[in-house]
Amino acid sequence: MSLFSRFMDSWRKYRKPGYYDEFDYHWTMAIDLDKCTGCEACVTACQAENNIPVVGEKEMARGREMQWIRIERYWEGEFPDIKLRFIPMMCQHCDAAPCETVCPVGATYHNQDGLNAQIYNRCIGTRACAVYCPYEVRYFNYYDHHWDSPLDKQLNPDVTVRGKGVMEKCTFCIQRIRQAKDLAKDDGRRRVRDGEVQPACVQSCPSKALVFGDRKDPDSQVFKSMHDPRNYRVLEELNTDSSVFYLKKVDA
Amino acid sequence: MATETNNLGYTDIHDDVVRSIVKTGPKYYIALATAGGTTLLCFFFPWFYQLYYGIGAAGINHPGVWGTYLASFIFWIGLSHSGTLLSCVLHLTNSTWRKAMYRSAEAMTLFSLVVAATYVMVHVGRPWFIHWAVPYPNQMELWPNFRSPLMFDVMAIGTYITGSTIFIYMGTIPDFAAVRDRTTGWRNTMYTLLSLGWRGTDKEWHRLHWAYTFLAVLIIPLAVSVHSIVSWDFAMSVVPGLHQTIFAPYFVVGAIYSGTAGIVTVMFVLRKSMGFEQYITKLHFDNLGKLLLVLSLIWTYINGVELFTAWYSGTSEEYEALGYKLFGFYAPLYWEMILFCAVAPMLMFSTRFRTSFVPMLILSIAINIGMYTERFLIIATSLSRQYLPDAWGVYVPSLVEISIMVGSFALFTTLFLVFVKIFPSVSMYEVKETMATPTMEPLAPATGIPA
Repeated sequence: MSLFSRFMDSWRKYRKPGYYDEFDYHWTMAIDLDKCTGCEACVTACQAENNIPVVGEKEMARGREMQWIRIERYWEGEFPDIKLRFIPMMCQHCDAAPCETVCPVGATYHNQDGLNAQIYNRCIGTRACAVYCPYEVRYFNYYDHHWDSPLDKQLNPDVTVRGKGVMEKCTFCIQRIRQAKDLAKDDGRRRVRDGEVQPACVQSCPSKALVFGDRKDPDSQVFKSMHDPRNYRVLEELNTDSSVFYLKKVDA
Repeated sequence: MATETNNLGYTDIHDDVVRSIVKTGPKYYIALATAGGTTLLCFFFPWFYQLYYGIGAAGINHPGVWGTYLASFIFWIGLSHSGTLLSCVLHLTNSTWRKAMYRSAEAMTLFSLVVAATYVMVHVGRPWFIHWAVPYPNQMELWPNFRSPLMFDVMAIGTYITGSTIFIYMGTIPDFAAVRDRTTGWRNTMYTLLSLGWRGTDKEWHRLHWAYTFLAVLIIPLAVSVHSIVSWDFAMSVVPGLHQTIFAPYFVVGAIYSGTAGIVTVMFVLRKSMGFEQYITKLHFDNLGKLLLVLSLIWTYINGVELFTAWYSGTSEEYEALGYKLFGFYAPLYWEMILFCAVAPMLMFSTRFRTSFVPMLILSIAINIGMYTERFLIIATSLSRQYLPDAWGVYVPSLVEISIMVGSFALFTTLFLVFVKIFPSVSMYEVKETMATPTMEPLAPATGIPA
């Protein structure tokens, strides 16, 4: 009995994302679709913050654009009575991520902050994670990208420039999270305060549709947003247990 | 079962097989130069181009991140299947008709696996780090991800290559010894080393037979597991069209199917080019034809099951994937596959068809074209229509991919051409077992044969 229960305990632990009993932080995003105007400021901000290459017209036509966050556009209804819906789509940082199990070298894994981390140096480019991801938010470096001068001078020094043959995706601006945690530590504080970390997309959203924070803090704004009655998660039926909550648009 | 080899003596077999190794005509050199040149030009040159500029040289794009490289990988793994598997099953069931063809079938396995393993390198974005997928103690203190089906795949294929290599080598030792005794110079030295001092004593025969049967039993489950695991690369995802429990048997049957068709092709070519008309006979084509027919029926059934499950699931994404497969962008390829792999093989119900060499050759090639299409479609149609309609797209292979695909056949041919000059491509000692005992007429000193 004890042996069996011990085995089951360790099995359950093994099945936990990243093998953590508990996350230190549980970074979560809430997106209010009622407020989203589809302006794509988040897309541009992300591009600038994370050194995402501009692939150019030719590659774009081949379906190789790089956008860690993209605005998906869906039409509803027929012409006179038509509605346009926007939904920003980025890595959902699933706690039961399909991409994490498939990587043969463990280049993508769950870290102690509940983030789905991508280790560029470890990636061998099987692209299996992109196939397994139901949200299609993983982007592959088909070539070595370069930035024409003087654009190369504005690359973010906190973010790796990815080489060819490597997969990449939204990190929830992990460099900012790391910085905030370091600051919190230097201040002698134990936790990062709510609103202290903002990924580039959240920071740039003019209508404040995007909210980011620690789900473990019940006073945080994101905690309130994710418990809004309008909340849902994309493709929740796949049991990916994602960390991005969407608040449904309510038609007047 | 007596075969048409009855009118041959032991010496004739030795003569024929050693001749096929030692006597090399200009035709062989032309063939080797063509195959080798094509390999360099169509396989290695585009691959190096791709290594230099990045995998963007292939046609892969955002929804279609996997392409023909993976399809070719599955195809070659599949082609590898029948060789050793068929040889093992037939060995264990004491089918004498296996004996003339199994050596070349096993070689096909081995070289298909080599090409498939090369394809893994071609497929990944950073092949220079491919060894990270293998568990070995390293200074980074990192292990591969043991939950990953891709990692299972590395293990399964590694085991299968090792097993097949030992199996084909061990079965050839007595024949190496026989060739050793009939050659001189550097060949003699090489075969002396390869034959591991084989003398043909009773004890040696006993041990060889025991070890050979042991390996045959070992390799059958291995062959089944390899393609099941390859199928899990797909089936373990949540992609509609890939996420199906039928995938493991589907891939195994498909593999044996295309592999058997491949053997028919190779046997036809060997029979014509090496002058093995007396060893590879109508009987072999008839038996393989029956096997192909059964496999084609199972394959058709599984295809039906696949469509049914998608329809029965009742979910919109499975419906979309199903409709796209049957009537979408890739639909002509789908119906071509059905024609080549499900409809055309029905011809083999006729004995006359099964025993005609050229029609069987054409059909066997058609089946493999169809099976290649199947592998391509599994990837291309499923990835094109996933959950979010915004990320739908179409993947079309690039020139580099097509060139590498052509080149891979040349690579396979090159390896095979080298093989026939080193390995006795028909198992001499086993063909002799099927023959009548020699009479008292004087014969050349029999080697590798118990007196």
